[in-house]
Amino acid sequence: MALQSLDIIRRSATTLPEPQARGAHAGQVAKLIDVSKCIGCKACQVACMEWNDLRDEIGTCTGHYDNPHDLSDQSWTLMRFAEYENPKGDLEWLIRKDGCMHCADPGCLKACPSPGAIVQYANGIVDFHEENCIGCGYCVTGCPFNVPRISKKDHKAYKCTLCSDRVSVGLEPACVKTCPTGAITFGSKEDMQQHAAERIEDLKSRGFDQAGLYDPAGVGGTHVMYVLQHADQPQLYSGLPENPKISAMVGLWKGISKPLGLLAIIATAAAGFFHYIGIGPNETDEQDEEAARRELEKTP
Amino acid sequence: MTNHWVDIKNADLVLIMGGNAAEAHPCGFKWVTEAKAHNKAKLIVVDPRFTRSASVADVYAPIRTGTDIVFLGGLINYLLTNDKIQREYVVNYTDLSFIVKDEFAFTDGIYSGYNVDKRSYDKSSWDYARGDDGYVKTDPTLADPRCVYNLLKQHYTRYTPEMVERVCGTPKDKVLQIWDMIASTATPDRAMTIMYALGWTQHSIGSQMIRTGAMVQLLLGNIGISGGGMNALRGHSNIQGLTDLGLMSNLLTGYMTLPGEKEQDFEAYIGLRAQKPLRPNQLSYWQNYRKFFVSFMKSWWGDAATAENNWAFDYLPKLDKQYDMLQAYELMNQGKMNGYICQGFNPLAAAPNKAKLSASFSKLKYLVIMDPLATETSEFWKNYGPLNDVDSSKIQTEVFRLPTTCFAEENGSLTNSSRWLQWHWKGAEPPGEARSDLEIMAGLFLRMRDMYRKDGGAFADPIVNLTWKYAQPHSPDPEELAREYSGNALKDLADPKDATKITRKAGEQLAGFAELRDDGSTASGCWIFCGAWGPTGNLMARRDNADPTGIGQTINWAWAWPANRRVLYNRASCDPHGKPFNPKRKLIAWNGAAWAGADIPDFKVDENPENGMGPFIMNPEGVARFFARANMAEGPFPEHYEPFESPLATNPLNPNQPQAMNNPAARVFAQDREAFGKADKFPHVATTYRLTEHFHYWTKHVRLNAIVQPEQFVEIGAALADELGIGNGSRVRVSSNRGHIEAVAMVTKRIKPLTIEGKTVHTVGVPIHWGFLGVAKPGYLANTLTPFVGDANTNTPEFKSFLVKVEKV
Ligand code: SF4
Ligand code: SF4
Repeated sequence: MALQSLDIIRRSATTLPEPQARGAHAGQVAKLIDVSKCIGCKACQVACMEWNDLRDEIGTCTGHYDNPHDLSDQSWTLMRFAEYENPKGDLEWLIRKDGCMHCADPGCLKACPSPGAIVQYANGIVDFHEENCIGCGYCVTGCPFNVPRISKKDHKAYKCTLCSDRVSVGLEPACVKTCPTGAITFGSKEDMQQHAAERIEDLKSRGFDQAGLYDPAGVGGTHVMYVLQHADQPQLYSGLPENPKISAMVGLWKGISKPLGLLAIIATAAAGFFHYIGIGPNETDEQDEEAARRELEKTP
Repeated sequence: MTNHWVDIKNADLVLIMGGNAAEAHPCGFKWVTEAKAHNKAKLIVVDPRFTRSASVADVYAPIRTGTDIVFLGGLINYLLTNDKIQREYVVNYTDLSFIVKDEFAFTDGIYSGYNVDKRSYDKSSWDYARGDDGYVKTDPTLADPRCVYNLLKQHYTRYTPEMVERVCGTPKDKVLQIWDMIASTATPDRAMTIMYALGWTQHSIGSQMIRTGAMVQLLLGNIGISGGGMNALRGHSNIQGLTDLGLMSNLLTGYMTLPGEKEQDFEAYIGLRAQKPLRPNQLSYWQNYRKFFVSFMKSWWGDAATAENNWAFDYLPKLDKQYDMLQAYELMNQGKMNGYICQGFNPLAAAPNKAKLSASFSKLKYLVIMDPLATETSEFWKNYGPLNDVDSSKIQTEVFRLPTTCFAEENGSLTNSSRWLQWHWKGAEPPGEARSDLEIMAGLFLRMRDMYRKDGGAFADPIVNLTWKYAQPHSPDPEELAREYSGNALKDLADPKDATKITRKAGEQLAGFAELRDDGSTASGCWIFCGAWGPTGNLMARRDNADPTGIGQTINWAWAWPANRRVLYNRASCDPHGKPFNPKRKLIAWNGAAWAGADIPDFKVDENPENGMGPFIMNPEGVARFFARANMAEGPFPEHYEPFESPLATNPLNPNQPQAMNNPAARVFAQDREAFGKADKFPHVATTYRLTEHFHYWTKHVRLNAIVQPEQFVEIGAALADELGIGNGSRVRVSSNRGHIEAVAMVTKRIKPLTIEGKTVHTVGVPIHWGFLGVAKPGYLANTLTPFVGDANTNTPEFKSFLVKVEKV
């Protein structure tokens, strides 16, 4: 798509300076998902499929309401349902809309070796430009939220665009427009934070003492935020990471690869090590984190 | 709905019981979210399962399916004993002070007048006592032991919190917590809304469950007020329109009723329905029945309906019994009904007991299907392996499939739960050979009329004289029909107060049912729709969402029946002197000369409140009824009866009277009684329901819906799964005494075992939606399991409570 209306402020594997003449006067956008208002109707999922022309397989039931079972190149968002018995003995059905968080500091972009396959706009949206994607899968490893998926059809990475095409012409994302309960709202990041504060107050008045906003600092904050009834235990919500950080591997990789250039990267991409991190689990231990921090500090 | 969707935002408390609004009405549920977010409302959900509605509730309580009258009857007892009632409201606006006949009695679960062989009541004792003046006797002090207040109190003394726990399985502390929250709305400044749906209607005692809910609302003064009401959430976008237009075998349009076979006399027919007031100075609005009826008959038969022939009263069929769908399939099964036109309906899936339905359809000579989709009914004769295991060679029924347009391919109005008639415009051309239902029906009618004209017939008049003045007789316009059901003047209408003034010219559309006359000078196909297409045009097409008072009364958006009124009984939102009980949510008020406000007053507009006219103007009492008199089949006060398939051996409320085990007035055909299962073989309680991702049996034909909910499953509590060794995601067989289905087991914490009368009862959840046709994964029709019995008043099938057995496959 034409991107003049969306100034790119960051571009994967690019050392050229980005255009800076135009200021992002409209500010940064955010989508707020109020988990406490969501009824798990999946209208947002269907709206996403319709707007973005996606059609996943008609799958099977595996004993959960989560359908399709996972994100895919055809499913950029899905509702994850978790049954939680709280200490009072009451059941809670925590339903979280999963998808790209549009991190301020996007691990996917940092990990991506292909110039311009992943960009970040001045409004905060992180977008994949598949025409530049080489299908190496590093973004998958780089993402602390396990979001991007490599298509089996064209071996390119796909994920939620935050409807950058709609947002660029002043519309809200399709999921926001369709949500019947107003559980998803969209606006400037400040407005969404303020709205969240009101919602949290309401939740606290209903006995959710630990209600709060999920806008994790480890990735510089996100442009998709959650209002959670139990902000102290994000993992209750189908494994929402408590303290998401960019994987140490990304930092490491950046350190090694930067001087090598794209050719070398593609060659190396075939190697087992990279294959492992491309599809392997995205876990970090403290040592890794420490190494990554050091690498990051070295990276200009 | 007595109120409307938007008004739910005004509630302080929302009770969802007998429904699952978030799941089945997600768009309307928005207003619950609004009430919570902006009105600090609390949400209570009472349901056998922890549903999507429960997921956003402040309090959830489980209940055994089919026992809601016990829970609500207990609540009535609680409100009365703790005096948590809105006294000014109930004393003035209900029949609590009315004295009941001495002959009326209730013993061991059975009311006076029961005939066990006929399974019905002689209801003559179910009435008020009359004074010498002919009016009902009352005791405003509520001291008389025979007043409705004391009878009501007496009736529900058995409904204690302990009884609720024993019968419903709801923990007593939850019960009391919920009752306490509900009781908080007995004050004039707090309102509770009740949202219910098929979770109440689809029981053999469904109508009485709804009545019990309404009685609770009356005690709390929550009827007729903003943020209150009894709100039936209709499942299909136009199912409200279906009942409004009388598409039930016993109804005419606008809730007028067909005569019974003993009602051959026109005056007696009208007299019974145009009831005189039971108390002085009451409006008893149905006294206008003759006007509505005559205008209706003029609409149908025009010049052939005359004063001399009682407006063609003889043209109407006179019912010897109810012809509901269960009756129809029974008659087919007996070989007494041999042709069937099935319009926009998939009964092989949507009526109970698939085996019986399949056998019934197999005996038909012909079956005509009008539908936009290939329904299971249209292929009932085709073998689909275990999903539809029939021997086609043995079925001689000739099936015609007539593809129709769907709603988006035609103009027309849909009536939503709020009673709003909303006009819609065609969005696409119909595919292939599809024709509108109007065109198909018109074609059928014209051919029949030609044959009757040519060949005559037993009673040709009603057919050959039917009004058919459409520009294209073979394909009437929705606009023409809309004007017809709204109604027009057939002659110049003179002002009743000044005969020289003409108020409506012949042919002009009428502004409302107040203009209808009983002398044949007006026509209106459906009196409650009168004015929808008025002299100024199509009001259903209005789209002005201005809300000047901020309480959601957008009275220039579309058009609501009756008379564009948005909240029924809104006179009851004011005290006896005409002042709003809650000035913050003012619907109407008496301004000294007239009633006016944010809504169309549901009252005589110039009636001074000091004259004592009651707010429930459709009732001859002028007030709301706790004591239903003869209006219900099984008794004036709702009583709990067990579902026809119950895990219990006796009804705990009436353990010594076997006749009071199940609804004593429900119709049960002999063969169907034999098909009921017993708890020894089928120990688990099952209930069927819908999922957000699908709409009935339609959306399994739609890829997007199939993607988000692809395959049939049943929900089983973790405890039962452990007991039977069933793993989540494995396949199970669920059987009732009528057949079995196989599906994926969804093992969940959301269904908890209940302790009923000391024994553990497991609930099994059976979502409908799958079948042998469509793009979703093929599945069994869930009605393979369900019993062929219905509510005693409506014959709505008991889809919500039956017995099954679960096994590993
Ligand atoms: S959530 Fe993952 S894919 Fe989305 S911006 Fe963050 S790192 Fe990238
Ligand atoms: S549309 Fe809204 S309410 Fe429905 S699942 Fe999505 S976020 Fe939840």
